[in-house]
Amino acid sequence: MGAAATLLPGIPVMGHPIHPERALEVIDQAWKKQMSDVALNAARSNGATYTDVRIGRYLQQFVVTREDKVQNIVNTESFGMGIRVIANGGWGFAATDKLDKDNVAKTAELAVAIAKENSRLLTEPVRLAPQKGYGEVTWKAPIEKNAFAVPIKEKVDLLLNVNSAAMKSGADYVNSILFMVNEQKYFASTDGTYVDQDIHRIWPIFFVTKVDKESGKFETRNALSAPMGMGYEYLDARPQDKIQGVTTLYRGRYDMLEDAKVAGQQVGEKIKAKSVEPGKYDLILDPSHLWLTIHESVGHPTELDRVLGYEANYAGTSFLTLDKWESKKFNFGSKMVNIVADKTQVGSLGAVGYDDEGVKCGQWDVIKDGILVNYQVIRDQAHILGLNASQGCCYADNWSSVQFQRMSNISLQPGKDKKSVDDLIKGVEKGIYIIGDGSFSIDQQRYNFQFGGQLFYEIKNGKITNMLNDVAYQSNSQEFWNSCVAIADAGDYRLGGSFFDGKGQPGQVSAVSHGCSTSRFNGVNVINTSRKIG
Amino acid sequence: MTILTQDEARSLMKKVLAYSKADECEVNLNGTDRGNIRYARNAVSTSGRISQSTLVVQSAYGKKSGVATINEFDDASLEKVVRRAEELAQLAPENPEYMPVLGPQKYAEPVTFIQSTADISPRWRSDAVAQSIQVAKDNKVVAAGFLEDNTRYAAMMNSKGLFAYNTSTNIDFSITVRTEDGKGSGYATRGYNDVTKLDTKAVTKIATDKAVLSASAKAIEPGKYTVILEPTAAAVLIERIFFGLDARQADEGRSFLSLPGGKTRLGEKLVDERINVYSDPLNRELPTSTWNGDGRPQEKINWIEKGVVKNLTYSRYWADKKAVKAIPGPDGAIMEGGTKTLEELIQGTKKGILVTRLYYIRDVDPQSLLLTGLTRDGTFYIENGKIQYPVKNFRFNESPVIMLNNLEELGKPERTVSDESNANYLLPPMKIRDFTFTSLSDAV
Repeated sequence: MGAAATLLPGIPVMGHPIHPERALEVIDQAWKKQMSDVALNAARSNGATYTDVRIGRYLQQFVVTREDKVQNIVNTESFGMGIRVIANGGWGFAATDKLDKDNVAKTAELAVAIAKENSRLLTEPVRLAPQKGYGEVTWKAPIEKNAFAVPIKEKVDLLLNVNSAAMKSGADYVNSILFMVNEQKYFASTDGTYVDQDIHRIWPIFFVTKVDKESGKFETRNALSAPMGMGYEYLDARPQDKIQGVTTLYRGRYDMLEDAKVAGQQVGEKIKAKSVEPGKYDLILDPSHLWLTIHESVGHPTELDRVLGYEANYAGTSFLTLDKWESKKFNFGSKMVNIVADKTQVGSLGAVGYDDEGVKCGQWDVIKDGILVNYQVIRDQAHILGLNASQGCCYADNWSSVQFQRMSNISLQPGKDKKSVDDLIKGVEKGIYIIGDGSFSIDQQRYNFQFGGQLFYEIKNGKITNMLNDVAYQSNSQEFWNSCVAIADAGDYRLGGSFFDGKGQPGQVSAVSHGCSTSRFNGVNVINTSRKIG
Repeated sequence: MTILTQDEARSLMKKVLAYSKADECEVNLNGTDRGNIRYARNAVSTSGRISQSTLVVQSAYGKKSGVATINEFDDASLEKVVRRAEELAQLAPENPEYMPVLGPQKYAEPVTFIQSTADISPRWRSDAVAQSIQVAKDNKVVAAGFLEDNTRYAAMMNSKGLFAYNTSTNIDFSITVRTEDGKGSGYATRGYNDVTKLDTKAVTKIATDKAVLSASAKAIEPGKYTVILEPTAAAVLIERIFFGLDARQADEGRSFLSLPGGKTRLGEKLVDERINVYSDPLNRELPTSTWNGDGRPQEKINWIEKGVVKNLTYSRYWADKKAVKAIPGPDGAIMEGGTKTLEELIQGTKKGILVTRLYYIRDVDPQSLLLTGLTRDGTFYIENGKIQYPVKNFRFNESPVIMLNNLEELGKPERTVSDESNANYLLPPMKIRDFTFTSLSDAV
């Protein structure tokens, strides 16, 4: 489905509450290898032809506040083992949180039994792309400051100061949250791989609201932060991380306090802003906004499981059918549109050394000079594209969830010519500059979409004139990417992302980043979203 | 099986409370046995069975509270979880909105548990799916579906003597059928407490018929149309009204139920006077728990009566501040309707569009509850009381509040499942005029 990023009620909380200090404990690698071998051997002796084991420790810390109150502090740990096997040509999966040798062996037997039961409803046996064993290897996210080592009080103080700053500058209400995640994942397979990985993610977010009591009108301005694959250093903003323009934007580091202060002022401006005239506009889209359009219109339709129909009952299928890829000339976007999948990008949400089926991660072209050239693939799909290796897109959100194909970081490459945001705006006669992500919706094959935003500025004859309100744009993915006429250079490149991207039945979440520089799209249909009830 | 009896749950929780040294202690105990099977391209892709039990302890000193959880129930673990909750409570900042735990309450006897659903086996699940796949194969179409059943128990007890216990069963089934050429797609979903009501073969047939009928759809201009929404399509729009019934949001001025000058629409007419919405935990078609997570009784409540907002939901804190009864949010909602079937509604329509499913619903403007999304899996043009031909999918921008003011007619309510939230409702098919489609989609 989509990036459930801004929906507060949808926050998935997994695991058992723990004392904050327990999050800093580390589990012995030799013990994890020993327990994995118990599972691998038990599955093999029960008839499995392939087995992988994931021992996962998933830590979450969420600090939730509103105005001058701490609403909730969540510290959870979820620890256990998931065992996936192939037997009689079919997949089987079972998971347990009781990691003694007997129970691990029994769980492996159960996974084999489920595989055998499922195999009677198969049309063809699973075909896995070959994968060499890497032996015993490790990967750690290159963080500077472990967020779980920062005292809770420091985090509470930050959020309450953020709230106070927003209120002082004009907000009536403010909610703020710090999400922090640490995945300690151990993977072992019958290919001979044993991988220990340490992954960190952080997302500071706020929602600032102002109510005009007289008219009854209210508006909200959300934080312009990005969720990142970083430690607490993301919140140590330096002057060189700030981009000054019509509003301050952030690259790689975030000044939450400063953004809250500005948001308190801007939410008042939003209430008074001119309602947009519907029609065709040239859009200048900031990376804090465009990441979501990339996610929905490029990331999801290039997932091969959707193309093949495995998500038909829930998330849907894809307009990027295999014949379009086979033709080698499907014109997805204009010639300047180059989109790359990259599971190694430093600071991104999807960065890992190895995926959840033991494949070393890398990068590859998805859209090259506007043409569809590749998809996102896992081991049991690679043969369909004639590939002899997976691209490393397998992920499970917990030890108790079965791994499946999930989105890689998918990013629009910056323009090759030197071009700033001002250069982009200068050439626009009638346009709108959109900053921040808002409402988003796209069809089940990823053709027709509609996006809102946080801040909208009218552009007339190359100049920003005033703030607009009630803006949403509608387009078709192929039409939209073919209307891309300018992309700012690498100096403007930034990451955005989704912390809780949902997919699958039962549903699982994943986190994924999308990078880009500010880009221009010509002649896009803009609608006015204002309505009256009663 | 992780389901504890009422007596077993009571004695376990008494033991937990005996370890407490805090001012207040509340214990919630839950267990679920859940089985699922997923298939696509006419073959099973994944299946699993998960059993989980959780004991949650909340300890409080004054207005400082802490929560700890455990899934091991030996004496040492029980004492450990209480000590951990007390430790976290001492560390926590004071919460000015903390409310003392409730004393003993009276609850109605729930009707949510059906033994036949609790007895579902892995073989039953794979047989049910095999039947569904066979229908698809016989009709030369491609099926993708998901079946999930669960049996749960929930219990709570606190240091003021409150005790509550409930068991429940549920099964949800959904299926998307596509024609082999990818030009047609149909969907059907069902939810029940009682598995004997589920016929995967019949449900697959409905989706298959829609897939075949929807193939090679024609494009018609977007604009304002009279629509007939099947209950599955109506659910994803109407539930946004149910989700927005929070009194605090309305009082704070940031809800579609807020009015200028700090007032709200409570007691005001919101929608057509033929609209009546209520919740009733003892409804036999849609039974739900007779108590909520903080121990408040769930009773029959009228939310909208003759188009007027009769009640809003309150947290205990906000109800105390406003000196009103703290009505909890409902677990299921029921909209009254008429007696006509979907077919009869179609027969009475001169020109209109039948919408069978809506997808990817998102808020566009919380002030008017404007939503956007798309039709999916079978959209049809109606003229002179008959379905004439399938039409291409549309994007809509519409508010369920405006929509229920443009009501033409309601049909006979039936139980349905929301694609967006997985919640179950009793809703009628509904005929609405001037429903706003804003663009076309090529998606099938």
